[in-house]
Amino acid sequence: MATVTLENLKKSFGKTEVIQGIDIDIADGEFVVIVGPSGCGKSTLLRMVAGLETATSGEVRIDGKRVNDVEPMDRDIAMVFQNYALYPHMSVFDNMAYGLKIQKVAKPEIAERVQTAAKLLQLEPYLQRKPRELSGGQRQRVAMGRAIVRKPAVFLFDEPLSNLDAKLRVQMRLEIKALQRELGVTSLYVTHDQVEAMTLADRMIVMNAGVADQIGAPLDVYADPATEFVAGFIGSPPTNFIDAALLDGERAGRIGIRPEHVRLAEQGRIEAVVVYAEALGAETLVHLRAGDGQQITVRQESGLAIPTEGQSCGLAWDSAQVMRFDEAGLRQR
Amino acid sequence: MVEKRGTGLWLTHLGLIVGIAFIFFPIWLAFVASTVEQHDIVRPPMPLLPGDKFFENYARALTSGINAPVATMLWNSLVMAMGIALGKIAISLLSAFAIVYFRFPGRQLFFWLIFLTLMLPVEVRIVPTYEVIANFGMLNSYQGLILPLIASATATFLFRQFFMTVPDELAEAARVDGAKPMRFFFDILLPMSRTNIAALFVILFIYGWNQYLWPLLITTEPEMNTIVMGIKQMFPSGDDFAHWPTIMATSILAMVPPVIVVIGMQKLFIRGLVESEK
Repeated sequence: MATVTLENLKKSFGKTEVIQGIDIDIADGEFVVIVGPSGCGKSTLLRMVAGLETATSGEVRIDGKRVNDVEPMDRDIAMVFQNYALYPHMSVFDNMAYGLKIQKVAKPEIAERVQTAAKLLQLEPYLQRKPRELSGGQRQRVAMGRAIVRKPAVFLFDEPLSNLDAKLRVQMRLEIKALQRELGVTSLYVTHDQVEAMTLADRMIVMNAGVADQIGAPLDVYADPATEFVAGFIGSPPTNFIDAALLDGERAGRIGIRPEHVRLAEQGRIEAVVVYAEALGAETLVHLRAGDGQQITVRQESGLAIPTEGQSCGLAWDSAQVMRFDEAGLRQR
Repeated sequence: MVEKRGTGLWLTHLGLIVGIAFIFFPIWLAFVASTVEQHDIVRPPMPLLPGDKFFENYARALTSGINAPVATMLWNSLVMAMGIALGKIAISLLSAFAIVYFRFPGRQLFFWLIFLTLMLPVEVRIVPTYEVIANFGMLNSYQGLILPLIASATATFLFRQFFMTVPDELAEAARVDGAKPMRFFFDILLPMSRTNIAALFVILFIYGWNQYLWPLLITTEPEMNTIVMGIKQMFPSGDDFAHWPTIMATSILAMVPPVIVVIGMQKLFIRGLVESEK
């Protein structure tokens, strides 16, 4: 078990600065999710912690020790890759045991550790199979098993669920969370899926173009986003943004309002035309277009009347729920 | 797949049978000639059915031959073909590994230099190569037979292409697992390449076995002759008559090892084509 500290960590490829200075202290046993759109540098950040990528400047410390120049194997980490990276010619057992064999762990202990991990992951019947004889979910578990048997100080996950189908992804997500709780290992988890981030994280880092826009607990980030990007990226359907110029009593910039905080009303702050309505059962998503072509989504209870397409509606909301952003996208309090 | 019925099917088979007969007939004649006596061959018409001298002719060829026992020549050919095949595979694997997995100055340059040598067949560089080997004192030696042919641009290129299809994550996973580069090479890359290696081995073994010009140049002692060139050496110079049964027995014997290699490796060969594990 260990803490991980990143201090002003930067990475450039040639002249492009892909990570522009990240600072975070990760507590022992904490589950931190790095979330952001593709190309925001989240995988690069993880790979720098793993040691697969060298930092241009700044420091990575694991358990207080600077590890910038330490090889991945000596950092006491284990990594789960997006495509699992299982050795195709080795059995499940050998895949899990490989790292231990290199560390010259005694054979009986290897067998015991692999057995324990296999039991935990329900992989016992498959130990002698080759990876190609397993399903996607099972391969994913083997990749997890390979990480677990090493008893690392830190788990690193690089989009481990993105190759699975939707249903399996939800199931594995729960399993990963339960497993991490049980083992209590400090974890860094990269994903582009904000739902995964919200459900897994103790704290999340929302990355945008190489910058950590916000670091915080999922619900805090959701309720109180620091930038327009965070407000738009976290939450589904995404936050509605409306040009302040269209509204009375608003200063310059844009305002953000979450779909669940907008309601349809006779007399609203703004008029919009219903484009279409999605009835999802428990709730209904009404998509509207405002005067300037701006798309706005309203999330309402299924009991409420569903407006017909083409109908013009007023949109109302509580001023307290409004998030104001300046031209640069920063939150105005 | 194209489906054929009726006449089409028969025509295809007829075509195949004629083709096989065409290729097989000379081999059959050689076999027949290796089982009869000299005077049966030289007096027309030549027999088309095997005679009764099979053991006699083959035993004579293997133990005494004409210039050197065929068993010796077979052994020489085997050493040369194995040396070339295994050497080429080992060197190509290592150079492809270096080119794909390591960043060093001149990496691209070296790759293109290797690639360039593809354009130079043995015949073009044979005189300077002979000079070099002669100066090293390697005439009439196994090293002399093997070394000049041991590097292969084709095989290097093939392994390079294969290694490039291996996902980077695999190398990274091995690195996280603590495998040093050579350990990764032996534990992961080599077993993954085994079907490619098997296919290449078949091709390279036959390539080595069928070498003619090079052994002809550098082996002057009959004891160092390889079998393919040795057959030619059996033809008499001047007015001596050729001892056809022995020559034909030698020809048949020269064909056997490549056939064994192809048939023996066939299973692995086909598995390499069917299996897609990456």
